[in-house]
Amino acid sequence: MSTLTHETTPARRRAFSDEMIAFVVMAALLAAVPFTDIYPFFVMQALCFALFACAFNLLIGYGGLLSFGHAMFLGTAGYFTAHALKVWGLSPELGIVFGIIGAAGLSIITGLIAIRRLGIYFAMITLALSQLVYFIYLQVPFTHGEDGIQGIPQGMLFGIFDLSQPTTLYYVILIAFLLGFLLIYRSINSPFGEVLKSIRENEQRAISLGYKADHYKLVAFILSGTLSGFAGALKVFVAQNASLTDVHWTMSGEIVLMTLVGGLGTVFGPVVGAFIIVAMQQYLAGFGQWVTVIQGAVFVVCVLTFRRGIVGELAHLFRRSL
Amino acid sequence: MSISLPALSAQLLVGLINGSFYALLSLGLAVIFGMLNIINFAHGALYMMGAFCAYFLLNAFGLNYWFALILAPVMVGIFGMVLERTLLKWLTGLDHLYGLLLTFGIALIIQGLFQNYFGSSGLPYAIPDQLRGGVNLGFMFLPIYRGWVVVFSLVICLITWYLIERTQFGAYLRAATENPALVRAFGINVPRMITLTYGLGVGLAALAGVLSAPINQVRPLMGADLIIVVFAVVVIGGMGSIMGSIITGFALGIIEGLTKYFYPEASNTVVFVLMVLILLVKPTGLTGRAT
Repeated sequence: MSTLTHETTPARRRAFSDEMIAFVVMAALLAAVPFTDIYPFFVMQALCFALFACAFNLLIGYGGLLSFGHAMFLGTAGYFTAHALKVWGLSPELGIVFGIIGAAGLSIITGLIAIRRLGIYFAMITLALSQLVYFIYLQVPFTHGEDGIQGIPQGMLFGIFDLSQPTTLYYVILIAFLLGFLLIYRSINSPFGEVLKSIRENEQRAISLGYKADHYKLVAFILSGTLSGFAGALKVFVAQNASLTDVHWTMSGEIVLMTLVGGLGTVFGPVVGAFIIVAMQQYLAGFGQWVTVIQGAVFVVCVLTFRRGIVGELAHLFRRSL
Repeated sequence: MSISLPALSAQLLVGLINGSFYALLSLGLAVIFGMLNIINFAHGALYMMGAFCAYFLLNAFGLNYWFALILAPVMVGIFGMVLERTLLKWLTGLDHLYGLLLTFGIALIIQGLFQNYFGSSGLPYAIPDQLRGGVNLGFMFLPIYRGWVVVFSLVICLITWYLIERTQFGAYLRAATENPALVRAFGINVPRMITLTYGLGVGLAALAGVLSAPINQVRPLMGADLIIVVFAVVVIGGMGSIMGSIITGFALGIIEGLTKYFYPEASNTVVFVLMVLILLVKPTGLTGRAT
């Protein structure tokens, strides 16, 4: 690992300070939301998707692996947390932990299967696996099939914070998002993240240097799936339900879109992308399937002309790391 | 458990029909992947367009099933070639993943537009007069149309196999798949072959759509879930061989049919479970070479 001590180079130090400034600005803006006219429910929803997109970006942006089935982790954690809160009456923190454990377990199983094929097959396999999970949730009784789990009690976090208070809930979701974001940021800038990037760039060479490529990819997959589960568990407190929508392939497609719009492999891109897509869905909610058409068009435009995404283009323009 | 032969044969027939669609669709995916290096996510949407073409030809122009069987694949094929010329060709040299993302976007646009105008419910399409009714085979009642779908799909699959493995065009195609630069150097117009190949693959999907219209109704989302199963079929079979795609498609259809009879709860997951098992035992797929 001694070859990877580039953290001390001036360029890296500048990138780090750019990213820290951007992080502080982002945190401050988000913390100010309850004092503005912005609808907090919208921001909380966007924050859950932003965390989900960051977790997804960890895999595609740094590992080069396109998962087309990431909704299975979001949905699984959602169902597990919802079940723990509503049926077992667990406290919010235990409910979240249970949801994360569910997503982590699923990501270990699916990761072991999916990393056996790479490239384009990996995308097809993860999509097929998530469809398998979808059909299982459609049939098992605890998910309540098409109805989903409704009316979930939000409860008292650590016995102190009343999550049914919108402002309290908002700050809890915000802090959880920031913690998740920092964890992802830390892992992509760790020796682990560097090895992952080197495998993405040249797998044969990384293997010849003695790194077990499959091992790193599997760890990245599990980390990404588990953090997606964290987002799914948080989403339960915002939406107060868990339904099949969160496991469906359309959700997997949406998270790909959010990350692509914001910028694959950028630190802040997934957050920007998530806010844009969630806002778009909000404004176009009354226009039926035009949302789908527009999302498709955004995909086409992004792939053909805008592959760096919004944050990627900005970073390129100002020659900064964001 | 006693086995009821008529019920079992009926499910096997349904399995064979689904198998025909898997074979036609995975064949098209494999041909397109070979030439364009793109996994065509829009395949399901184009299959749906084939069925809608048949519906429009009948209701707007009074052209019956037999015309649709020829015209729909040609029309959708031309549409596909336009897509290739205007959008897909810009992807040359980029990572595979962008092809998947672009065609996923195209699929969303097509499906969204059809949903806007036709809702999500199914439109009926009648079985053509010549193929109505059925024959009693003694152990089961065989609806003629269903038998026709299986036989006709098999014939089309075999023609495609012949075209690619045994003709001059096929030889060029296989050569261009291996080394496009060299084939171009021999004076063969490779970009035009790429466009034609995409048209061919997409035409096969549209043909499957026409065949399925009288059985499954015509719905905007009829291809959306099907394409995911076909992806699993492709992972199981590998995209290395044309005959492999055909055999895997039909075989998985039959297995699905048998599951519907013996353990109906697993009928919509069995293909995915098989995919998992194949990945654990032989990750390259049944016919695939190591990549």
